[in-house]
Amino acid sequence: MTRPHATPATPEAETTGRPVAPGDGTTPALTPPAELHARLTERLGGAARAWLDQALDEASARPGTHGPISVWELRLAEAGRRCGPAHADAARVLILHAARADADVLTRVYQQGTADERRAVLHALPHLVTGAAALPLVEDALRTNDTRLVAAALGPYGACHLDAHAWRHAVLKCLFTGVPLDQVAELARRATADAELARMLGDYAEERTAAGRPVPEDLHRVLALTGSATPARVTDDPHGKES
Amino acid sequence: MRIFDPHIHMTSRTTDDYEAMYAAGVRAVVEPAFWLGQPRTSPASVLDYFDSLLGWEPFRAAQYGIAHHCTLALNPKEAGDPRCTPVLDELPRYLVKDNVVAVGEIGYDSMTPAEDAAFAAQLQLAADHGLPVLVHTPHRDKLAGLRRTLDVVRESALPMDRVLVDHLNETTVKEASDSGCWLGFSVYPDTKMDEERMVAILRAHGPDRVLVNSAADWGRSDPLKTRKVADLMLAEGFTEDDVDRVLWRNPVAFYGLSGRLNLDVPATDGTHDGNSILRGAPRDEPRPAGASATEA
Repeated sequence: MTRPHATPATPEAETTGRPVAPGDGTTPALTPPAELHARLTERLGGAARAWLDQALDEASARPGTHGPISVWELRLAEAGRRCGPAHADAARVLILHAARADADVLTRVYQQGTADERRAVLHALPHLVTGAAALPLVEDALRTNDTRLVAAALGPYGACHLDAHAWRHAVLKCLFTGVPLDQVAELARRATADAELARMLGDYAEERTAAGRPVPEDLHRVLALTGSATPARVTDDPHGKES
Repeated sequence: MRIFDPHIHMTSRTTDDYEAMYAAGVRAVVEPAFWLGQPRTSPASVLDYFDSLLGWEPFRAAQYGIAHHCTLALNPKEAGDPRCTPVLDELPRYLVKDNVVAVGEIGYDSMTPAEDAAFAAQLQLAADHGLPVLVHTPHRDKLAGLRRTLDVVRESALPMDRVLVDHLNETTVKEASDSGCWLGFSVYPDTKMDEERMVAILRAHGPDRVLVNSAADWGRSDPLKTRKVADLMLAEGFTEDDVDRVLWRNPVAFYGLSGRLNLDVPATDGTHDGNSILRGAPRDEPRPAGASATEA
């Protein structure tokens, strides 16, 4: 791996840089669809708004799978160029919601989707799936190295369904790859009194310190949530983000 | 200087290349789907590649401040392999994706009946999806290949002004130009075109409808050839506006025919909408590093 400002470090301690997360961050996962729709309507221009209204009407009227490609799936694919990249996530979540996509449909859309479409599916999970049937999508996203997907996987659905081991590793992966922990849903609830997470964070801080590298500020924040004392020195880096 | 490389296989390149390209002025690339040197043995292998061109590769490019789009197709090399032709049935669901700005590379390798069928079918798909096409011209029997290519396009539903014919040279440029198509030139270290010949062609034909690319891939190639052509153009008396036209405005105009070209690189500096929540300033200068392949 080569980086423009390489600092000596073990490859596995390297980061992928800042997440590339166009759109509305975690908003589409956290906002009820009706409110999301109202907000999006306010922000879209006339042509995009008309396009979205029609796309949602079509999805409501003809959900499910029909023909070589369902109309609502076509709308899902073109949402970015119709509504603009900043609004694509919200538009796609609304289309999935209007189409009443269940876990099976969401799985297919995810598997056949671009990175942007996959992110939208992850954001849509808390609105559309109540059980753990879509958990494999979250696990898939957490296996990627795309920080946009990693961040989206740790929304409310992941917070609800990931087991302790997978969730801890996901938090650690955020620290490795520079995903801000503010994007992790229910961080405080899940981290509280998690002694194993505290141990993992402590070990990671020690490893960073031994390598002469700053410890991310986010690590101390989440470590404090676990209720453990800080085992590593506080970074002297004024900014602290490793990415 | 801003540079748009309209044909480069970044999947085969390293992050060093992305860094050097950005430093040289490259701000946008189009990556056409092609073969990998090693033949694929199933459609699934091709589809994984398409997914990569729509997922991981644009993410990686964005880390280096470069906008990445792709063209998708069953490539000429593999169009003759029955193990891969089922890809044609999967293409419609891919051609609707946001980042797809053309159908390509299509065209001829050995000019076989199987290649004829794939070429014609994919020209029709392009017409159906409102996309222009990137056409590869064969390395062997090039002039005959060009003539047959232009004949097939003329018989298709696609107007010639939505077709970019690539890998042209001194022997093929005139007939291609007379047809009304866009003219692509791949500048390589020792095959295809070189900088001097490229500038000579520009002098003879002018910059109208001309696109210059590095076509850099896993073979001996140079992702900075676009910049080297630009530098030689300036040294040989072309204006900065000529350079901008050939190396930026022409590719923007051609791929813009798709209506899907978005040259705003997704934010990598944490200041983009929705991505600014408590992002601390970086420790030093921005450090794009999208290819942490060893992590996780």
